[in-house]
Amino acid sequence: MTDTPLLKVSGVSKFYGSRIGCKDVSFELWPGEVLAIVGESGSGKTTLLNCLSTRLMPTAGSVEYRMRDGNFRDLYHMSEAERRFLMRTDWGFVHQNPADGLRMTVSAGANVGERLMAVGDRHYGKIRETASDWLTRVEIGTDRIDDQPRAFSGGMRQRLQIARNLVTGPRLVFMDEPTGGLDVSVQARLLDLVRGLVNDLGLSAIVVTHDLAVARLLSHRMMVMKDGHVIEHGLTDRVLDDPREPYTQLLVSSILQV
Amino acid sequence: MATPLVVSEVFKSFTMHLRDGIKLPVVNDVNFSVASGECVVLGGPSGIGKSSILKMLYGNYAVDAGQILVDHKDRIVDIARADPRTVLDVRRHTLGYVSQFLRTVPRVSALDVVAEPLVARGIAAPEARDKAAELLAKLNLPQELWTLPPATFSGGEQQRVNIARGFITSHRILLLDEPTASLDAINRRVVVEMIADKKREGVALLGIFHDEEVREAVADRVLDVSQFSPRKAVAA
Ligand SMILES: Nc1ncnc2c1ncn2[C@@H]1O[C@H](COP(=O)(O)OP(=O)(O)OP(=O)(O)O)[C@@H](O)[C@H]1O
Ligand SMILES: Nc1ncnc2c1ncn2[C@@H]1O[C@H](COP(=O)(O)OP(=O)(O)OP(=O)(O)O)[C@@H](O)[C@H]1O
Ligand SMILES: [Mg+2]
Ligand SMILES: [Mg+2]
Repeated sequence: MTDTPLLKVSGVSKFYGSRIGCKDVSFELWPGEVLAIVGESGSGKTTLLNCLSTRLMPTAGSVEYRMRDGNFRDLYHMSEAERRFLMRTDWGFVHQNPADGLRMTVSAGANVGERLMAVGDRHYGKIRETASDWLTRVEIGTDRIDDQPRAFSGGMRQRLQIARNLVTGPRLVFMDEPTGGLDVSVQARLLDLVRGLVNDLGLSAIVVTHDLAVARLLSHRMMVMKDGHVIEHGLTDRVLDDPREPYTQLLVSSILQV
Repeated sequence: MATPLVVSEVFKSFTMHLRDGIKLPVVNDVNFSVASGECVVLGGPSGIGKSSILKMLYGNYAVDAGQILVDHKDRIVDIARADPRTVLDVRRHTLGYVSQFLRTVPRVSALDVVAEPLVARGIAAPEARDKAAELLAKLNLPQELWTLPPATFSGGEQQRVNIARGFITSHRILLLDEPTASLDAINRRVVVEMIADKKREGVALLGIFHDEEVREAVADRVLDVSQFSPRKAVAA
């Protein structure tokens, strides 16, 4: 076990006017750890995820991230350029709707290659080779490399988005409902893929989902949100098998079996 | 003799918030320990709290009060208070658990399900798979099933996958929740032998076995969980 966290979150709150987005959230994320954020619609999951990934500026609080040189940096006090670089290289962000994370009018290969070019890769042949490797890893036939994602099914688009995010070897990946719009059978395949990649690459991830089965399968640790607050937090199987809070018991009891 | 597991003054109840918040006490003041090379069996009637005790030891159920001390990497960890990361590390290296039913993961083969705890400890996949194959063969799981995901297996087949997964590592402590319940006589005997091997290796075992014959064969002592029942205390 390494004894330094990757992310230190303290007192993060976001208000939309007088409406609470999320309130006073604190936790640490460790290397190789997958944290699931669950809760009903409107509970503040996306707001929190966007604050953590600096896509949104919180009203209060701080998030410190351990850079590759081992030093912690306060994300909200970085320059815009530094933050963008981090997002393009060290982090991934998987959107619920693949169209938000992909460029729909360039080829699958270019979607993956673009991230490599952002980190300074210039050799066309090598970029194409890496892109083609990654398409294989996410189970997209390499004969589809020149097709645009517009021509892909929802499941394929989501797998392409994952390849695009992971190709630069990020250390931290944010995912917002990664299996949201997909059929159940397509979901299972995607989950299995994500689980394998997270294990193999030793990634840390924060996954927002309202699906407790997804949380069970992917995460080590779970946070339950209600009305913007984290109401329960613990080892995933503990929270699911012995929920303590009334709201968590309600959530767990409203599904058949997880 | 080393004592890698000590349970001290443990209390457990469930509060059912969806049922008007009624409180269901399960066990009070649980005290016992398990030594290396010993197999302790939890006894007592259905619903008395045997599985709940195992689940608390594994960090799967929360603990109201008390301590669960585990000898982990040359230090003592209190599972009742440890953070999730520590509990997972204890599970990876020290504490194994065979649940009553296998939780299947879509698309992962039986062989990989069994090999996974070794891979998680950093052992190369081919070596881990060899060991997994050895165990599945010992448990008489038909070889044509090894590459299939266990979701469609029979109860007894799934349970053998589960047992192989629990026994593949050399964890110092092993928790067993009715591992033989859905097995035939031949495979029950295989499991009895596997438990005897673990004892010889100095593993501390804590199990639940309804089958009289299995219990006779493996138990060094039986701990009656009724003595921790709050209902008994009320009746007395
Ligand atoms: N840009 C915004 N302006 C005003 N209110 C907002 C804005 N974004 C979110 N909210 C409000 O903040 C609260 C939390 O929203 P958020 O999107 O974080 O919820 P969520 O948990 O992700 O829900 P879902 O599961 O439906 O995606 C909601 O009440 C929402 O209406
Ligand atoms: N997650 C839970 N939530 C609420 N109550 C629970 C939970 N798990 C167990 N219980 C209750 O705790 C009591 C003890 O259950 P437990 O499963 O530990 O019994 P057991 O001794 O293992 O029984 P059996 O021999 O039938 O397996 C039972 O009344 C059970 O209903
Ligand atoms: Mg959302
Ligand atoms: Mg039981």
